Amino acid sequence: MRFAFTEQQLELRGAVRQVLARECTVADLRAMALGDRHGGAGRTHERWSVLAELGATGLLVPQAHGGLGLGELELVGVLEEAGWAGLPEPLLESAGLAAPLMAAADAASNGGAGSVLGRFLEKVAAGEVVATVGGIDVTSAGLVTTTTPSPEVTQGTVVTPRVTGASVAGVALVALNLPGAGWQLHLVEADPDGVTTTPSIDPTRDLGTLEWSPWPHTLIASGERAEAMLSDLADRAALFSAAQLLGLTERMITMAADYAKERRQFGKPIGSFQAVKHHLANARVALEFARPTTYRAADSIARDLADRSAHASMAKAMASDAADLAARVALQVHGAIGYTWECDLQLWMKRAWVLSAAWGDAPTHRSRVLSHAMAAAAER
Amino acid sequence: MDLTFPPAQEAFRTEARAWLEAHVPAPGTLASLDTAEGFEQHRAWERTMFEDRWSVVSWPAQYGGRDVGIFEWLIFEEEYYRAGGPRRVSQNGVFLLAPTMFEHATPAQKARYLPPMAAGDEIWCQGWSEPDAGSDLAGIRSRATPNASGDGWVLDGQKTWCSRGAFAEWCFGIFRTDPGAERHRGLTYFLVPMDAPGVTVRPISQLDGETGFAEVFFEGVEVADDQILGSVGEGWTVAMSTAGSERGLSLRSPARYSEAAGRLIDLYAARADGDGPQAGRIADDVARAYIDAEAYKLHTYWTASKVADGHSVGPEASCNKIFWSETDLAIHTAALQLLGPEAELLDPDPSGEGQAQPGPWLDGYLFALAGPIYAGTNEIQRNVVAERLLGLPRG
Repeated sequence: MRFAFTEQQLELRGAVRQVLARECTVADLRAMALGDRHGGAGRTHERWSVLAELGATGLLVPQAHGGLGLGELELVGVLEEAGWAGLPEPLLESAGLAAPLMAAADAASNGGAGSVLGRFLEKVAAGEVVATVGGIDVTSAGLVTTTTPSPEVTQGTVVTPRVTGASVAGVALVALNLPGAGWQLHLVEADPDGVTTTPSIDPTRDLGTLEWSPWPHTLIASGERAEAMLSDLADRAALFSAAQLLGLTERMITMAADYAKERRQFGKPIGSFQAVKHHLANARVALEFARPTTYRAADSIARDLADRSAHASMAKAMASDAADLAARVALQVHGAIGYTWECDLQLWMKRAWVLSAAWGDAPTHRSRVLSHAMAAAAER
Repeated sequence: MDLTFPPAQEAFRTEARAWLEAHVPAPGTLASLDTAEGFEQHRAWERTMFEDRWSVVSWPAQYGGRDVGIFEWLIFEEEYYRAGGPRRVSQNGVFLLAPTMFEHATPAQKARYLPPMAAGDEIWCQGWSEPDAGSDLAGIRSRATPNASGDGWVLDGQKTWCSRGAFAEWCFGIFRTDPGAERHRGLTYFLVPMDAPGVTVRPISQLDGETGFAEVFFEGVEVADDQILGSVGEGWTVAMSTAGSERGLSLRSPARYSEAAGRLIDLYAARADGDGPQAGRIADDVARAYIDAEAYKLHTYWTASKVADGHSVGPEASCNKIFWSETDLAIHTAALQLLGPEAELLDPDPSGEGQAQPGPWLDGYLFALAGPIYAGTNEIQRNVVAERLLGLPRG
């Protein structure tokens, strides 16, 4: 029993923190929020290259394909830092979701280094290609596809909404579950004509709708195997979005606490008033207990334990609630300043809103946990 | 990261489980420990545990323990609650005073006080709060003055809300020895026998009607120098190390909440009205309470690993008390919601079965309601979190 990170895990996380402090500044984020989607002078590109140099983009990619071959515990630390920094790029989707899915599909197809998936994996690990996922969502009733037949265009074309990183991704792993066809997982290569950007409340979020055609040669898994791979994906999505939410939560609490130390009313810092202290303490307590819950889920997924899905759901429920509370409290502590476009808080707050709702919100994951607990109790 | 227990700890678990299964009294056989009869029954249970060295597993063997580490203690607690072990009548001594003694007591004091504490022969109560010093603990006015011959002290004043105070043999408390000093200084930590001349105990009935705590009056009570824990004037520092135990790891092991959360799931399975108008809300409350209990357990393992790695617990521990007390309430509130109109029944419904019965949940709820108040109210705890963890200025 040792529930703690290793020195190497902490070092990797520290290195990512240092790099992001330099490469992902508030000024960069503001530039994006003001409409310069890539932050001027290719900042998105630079940031991605630096993350690739650290190995973050290929952290879960097997070494045979040029990755670090590390596990969920390492990536959780990296994504906490991404949350702290407000990283706009889809590291979660590319390194955390698409890469392990491609590696699993490649291993199952006996692909080897020369396969299409293998070549993509190498480029994803090297940071040359950004990958993403789409077409799947988590509900209390189970996984559902968001991919639907295209309403107007030619038969055989489908539409997948709300794909993160759609405008920068070179490849997307997209799920569909059409009547009669069952679950399918397709590898969709970038086609600029097929992407429509979708504005999000989070101004630094790159969200788009994909219009694409499923073909036999794009199909990488179907039926029960596709469903099992998507279930794995959903566990990682819950885990990694929880990790990023932890970083966002800590940043929002820190911003609000710093503001409460400076802002004076009635002749003293507002942080000396109990009403303000208690708001921030509640958010800090929520963060404190969401953390080990998330780290345990990372360990359970890395070891592929039977309870991994329930553990991932607990993490997402705790982290979503902590982030929602921190966002609400941080805004309140900032007062009217917090309600302005000028205030940096919005960059973290809006990301917290969207990640808290993504991949199943807190009540959705609580209902999954309850079903699991009831089943376990019935077996006792 | 490794969240499994090695074979030696699993063997310890097996041994503890077997002993507890053979010895824990059947449910309902012990009267409430807040009654005179129940107090003695619970004392006898402490003695039974002590005889087989299960009453204080983490203590050194010379005082009746097994010298085991923090994870074995957590395992023992898990097994204790799993087996439905009785509430610990000696908990103020074993979990609060003893850790302070290991840090501050002289060898002679440890030899004198720890073995009878472990055996249940001497039960301790806590004398901290006063009528005008609750959350503002440093405002205590009970005083200790040097006696005429200069070889001891005389205690005068009043303590209140002393849990177990109605029946305990000993009291640990803080008294003001230097009225001229600044509030947190000039306090001294005393160990006082409850049968000393000048000590008067007035039991107080709690919400459940039983005398769980008491007021204690001190009028010219003589105590010797060797009944001081730590140094004269250092009482606040010594007391805060007890408070650390109370708020942190030792008073509230996660097993209590894990066990109750497991019963809550069983109750939900037995009672939930799947399609009722409240079903969705109750399901969410049940799931939240269950997850919180799990999170508290994981956080405890996290902290215990830090301690095992040689680090200190850290200021993060100030979050614990808020979380466990609210988790305890959340579990019991959800249970009472599931019981609906039956929740008010004090005696089991003859048609009901086992844990689905209201009585134990109602008792647990009343007990949980005290959590956000004692051991430093949650409002005080939030101040501590804001000041120590977030660096906000003192008010």
